[in-house]
Amino acid sequence: MADIKVAAYICKGCGLGERLDADALVKIAQKDGKVPLAKSHEFLCNADGVAMIKNDIANEGVTHIMIGACSRRAKTEAFFFPENAVARANLREGVIWIRPDTDEARETTQEMAEDYIRMGCAEVKAMTAPGGNTNTGTSKTLLVVGGGVTGMTTAIEASKTGYPVVLVEKTGALGGWAAKLYKRVPVHEPFKSPADTGVGDLVAQVLGDSNIKLYLNATVAKTDGAPGRFIVDIATESGATHTEDIGAIVQASGFTLYDMNKLPELGGGKSPNVVDQAGLEALAKAAAAGDGVIRRPSDNQPVKSVVFVQCAGQRDPSGTHLAYCSGVCCNTSIKQAMYFKDANPSVDTTIIYTDLRTPGNGEDFYRSAQEKGVIFTKGKVAQVVPNGATSTVKFHDLILDDTDAAVADVDLVVLATGQVANSGIDIFAAPKTEEEEAAVEVKPISILNLTYRQGKDVPQLKQGFTDSHFICFPYETRRTGIYTAGPVRRPMDIAQAREDATGAALKAIQALENAELGRAAHPRSGDLSFPKVRLEGCTQCKRCTVECPFGAIDEDEKRFPVFNESRCRRCGTCMGACPVRVISFENYSVNTVGAQIKAVDIPDEFSEKPRILILACENDAYPALDMAGMSRNEYSAYVRIIPIRCLGSVNTIWITDALNAGYDGVMLMGCKSGDEYQCHFVKGSELGRVRMSKIDDTLKTLNLESERVRDLEVAITDIERVPEMINKYAAELVAVGPSPFKGF
Amino acid sequence: MSANTALAEKYRNNFLKEIEEQVEMGDWVKMCMQCGVCSGSCPTNFQSAWEHPPQELFMMIRAGKREEVLTTTSMWNCTSCYNCIVRCPRKLPITHIMHGIAEYAHRIGKAPKMQATRFFSGLFWKNATKTGRVNELKLSMGLYFKDGFAQGVKNGMAMQSVALGLVKAGRLNVMELFGGHKCKDQKGIQAMLKKAYEIERSRKAAKMAG
Repeated sequence: MADIKVAAYICKGCGLGERLDADALVKIAQKDGKVPLAKSHEFLCNADGVAMIKNDIANEGVTHIMIGACSRRAKTEAFFFPENAVARANLREGVIWIRPDTDEARETTQEMAEDYIRMGCAEVKAMTAPGGNTNTGTSKTLLVVGGGVTGMTTAIEASKTGYPVVLVEKTGALGGWAAKLYKRVPVHEPFKSPADTGVGDLVAQVLGDSNIKLYLNATVAKTDGAPGRFIVDIATESGATHTEDIGAIVQASGFTLYDMNKLPELGGGKSPNVVDQAGLEALAKAAAAGDGVIRRPSDNQPVKSVVFVQCAGQRDPSGTHLAYCSGVCCNTSIKQAMYFKDANPSVDTTIIYTDLRTPGNGEDFYRSAQEKGVIFTKGKVAQVVPNGATSTVKFHDLILDDTDAAVADVDLVVLATGQVANSGIDIFAAPKTEEEEAAVEVKPISILNLTYRQGKDVPQLKQGFTDSHFICFPYETRRTGIYTAGPVRRPMDIAQAREDATGAALKAIQALENAELGRAAHPRSGDLSFPKVRLEGCTQCKRCTVECPFGAIDEDEKRFPVFNESRCRRCGTCMGACPVRVISFENYSVNTVGAQIKAVDIPDEFSEKPRILILACENDAYPALDMAGMSRNEYSAYVRIIPIRCLGSVNTIWITDALNAGYDGVMLMGCKSGDEYQCHFVKGSELGRVRMSKIDDTLKTLNLESERVRDLEVAITDIERVPEMINKYAAELVAVGPSPFKGF
Repeated sequence: MSANTALAEKYRNNFLKEIEEQVEMGDWVKMCMQCGVCSGSCPTNFQSAWEHPPQELFMMIRAGKREEVLTTTSMWNCTSCYNCIVRCPRKLPITHIMHGIAEYAHRIGKAPKMQATRFFSGLFWKNATKTGRVNELKLSMGLYFKDGFAQGVKNGMAMQSVALGLVKAGRLNVMELFGGHKCKDQKGIQAMLKKAYEIERSRKAAKMAG
């Protein structure tokens, strides 16, 4: 690295010049930062300041730039030098805005700024400008798995955007669930009556589109590779296998209705006159093909009374059945009750519900059903007793608190059983014993058959649904370049599925375009850095391949990690996990952070100036700290904050280094982990915390108090809380006393 | 066969339909979505809790609880403050439905005989239509003696000072007890009422015959 030339620039705008001694900072950069070129400027982000930097790059041979100005989150367009390594010292949000403008505070504020300059200079020297991943593919074809409403919509939308599509459908016909419906819930004014499904139109569009290559009676036998260079084997009914080059994948594998045979107390499987919602659609279709009268399956007599049982096997707190609400069944039952009322108003239709949930414009639809004479009864159905051709529905009337309420002589009972995702194999499920394995009636079949080290399918989030990042982006899964849409992601109806499909198509297109350019996808969109591994140092411990939240790393025959850069989201969890520290990014590594930690000036124990290191997640904690600055929420001048990509990227060596260097305490600020996680990398903060839970051993070997390391959950909204946490911790550390490692 | 049994027979198992066809504004009952805002807004429901507040009555009608609905005192407690109508998110004319159900229960002889509102309504109507003018003295006396002679005397004694005050102020004439004042064309009033009764009877008979 002999040919690097570092330049440091100190800005005097935004009050920095008045609050800080800029000349002293320039000297610090030269003396401690050892940069050959250090300058200050009145207003660095204006045209003149940026021109000065550009001129130095062009004429002075500057390769590495350290900017001491505002937060790295501000002025990113002005300070955009893609050819150079850039570090930012946060003097504005991180120093002057969080410190009082008083004479007493001046000294510690200046010290803070000086340390950030030292840290910035040290960091930038350990960096190189990221060049982008070169192991890329150029396929622009989208693979859509599933030919239902979601899959067809994705295919049509992608094709219209100009991308070729390969559509794989397991059955012999397009249409999926929607094709089995007689009619759909209306989506247009006046929302009063069931509407045509529109499936025929979608099928015609797919069939008439030369840009969409259709495989019917086909499944995905193997998915290999990474975004931009997936190689997918498609097995067809005839036994032939077709191989396609694919850029990105949308999985629209839909749902299955919860099996009503699991509900014998509600008559499921006990009588042909107890059906699920799909069963009723079939009856309605048969009726429409005949004389329009819906008939009882047992004896073909016209149905004169029908009861709809909502939440059948759903919202079950006992854990036996589905724990969730599918959100579509109320509207569906209303629609199905109208099938009867629209044909013959004298048919008695009763919907027994506990909470009627009618999203979208369902409220109008509900009202219309009431106008048509559908009876809505708030109650919990206890039992459906089939008795010959009719049934008695026993329920607890929740308004009248009548536990013995019943509807007798019901010709047909419809159970609203809810949606179960077709998400393939649960790759993270606890391994089953042979006995348990034998007890499983239907073995799950993999949908994508990924060759990934972590498993054949996309990881599931909750209740078997494949969503992964519900907070910030819905279509993302934990497999880069593979998006899920429709009811496999969460329960939904046709209208929502079509919207979902459109979003997923656009995300998939974005992913394959980014992949071709060697850039990261969400949430570090456009990032050109990627993990580089020094394989000669690798001990084949497999931690990186197991921990990677996105399954980006496979293993070769010798168990060395094989990085698939296009699958990587650049969170750095592998880097944090690596015990021998052979994984790094060009602009983010064990060294870039380690150098910053070591660059801080540690005053001796008699100075009463403790030093606290904060490793703050750049997605939530760091913005919260910046915003605390914007709100002028003051915090201790003794903290030194280093943004990290994710708590998962924290290597324990940083903590050991910091404590050895004489820091009095270390605060780790990461996102919430666990079920209600807020981590942008889903599992990053959780994995980081597991790793940090073992830090106590390190502290013991160093003979240090456990208070010296503090793990904190910080959300982006903690603008007021974060300064309080810092100040509280600083006060606690005073009680613990100075670190015994100072001055060594 | 009484009107009640005839109607019960006619609408067997379908009390909702009976209410829709027989009760003024009864066709609104099906539109209730059980939010309970009416019950929560009703001042008399708070004062002396109704046996069945409005939304519960609607559910009972749908559940076919004919006897309970028609014999309850609940809807007779309505004072027509219109709070429920103003607040109902489904725009049900709840006040009118309450009166409609009460009137229907009365018509077919199911309403509770001595319910105070119902008793007073009858008393007022008889009092006013007899002479074409309301005889306030007889009206209040009638109400005092609703629950027997002894209770009537007690009620009268309790209100003694108010009555004396009214007499002194010239607002109450003791002589009203004997005949009292009348309107000019008493015969005309009677003829008008007779015609009105006739029209109502024929209309309701048609309704009951369905």
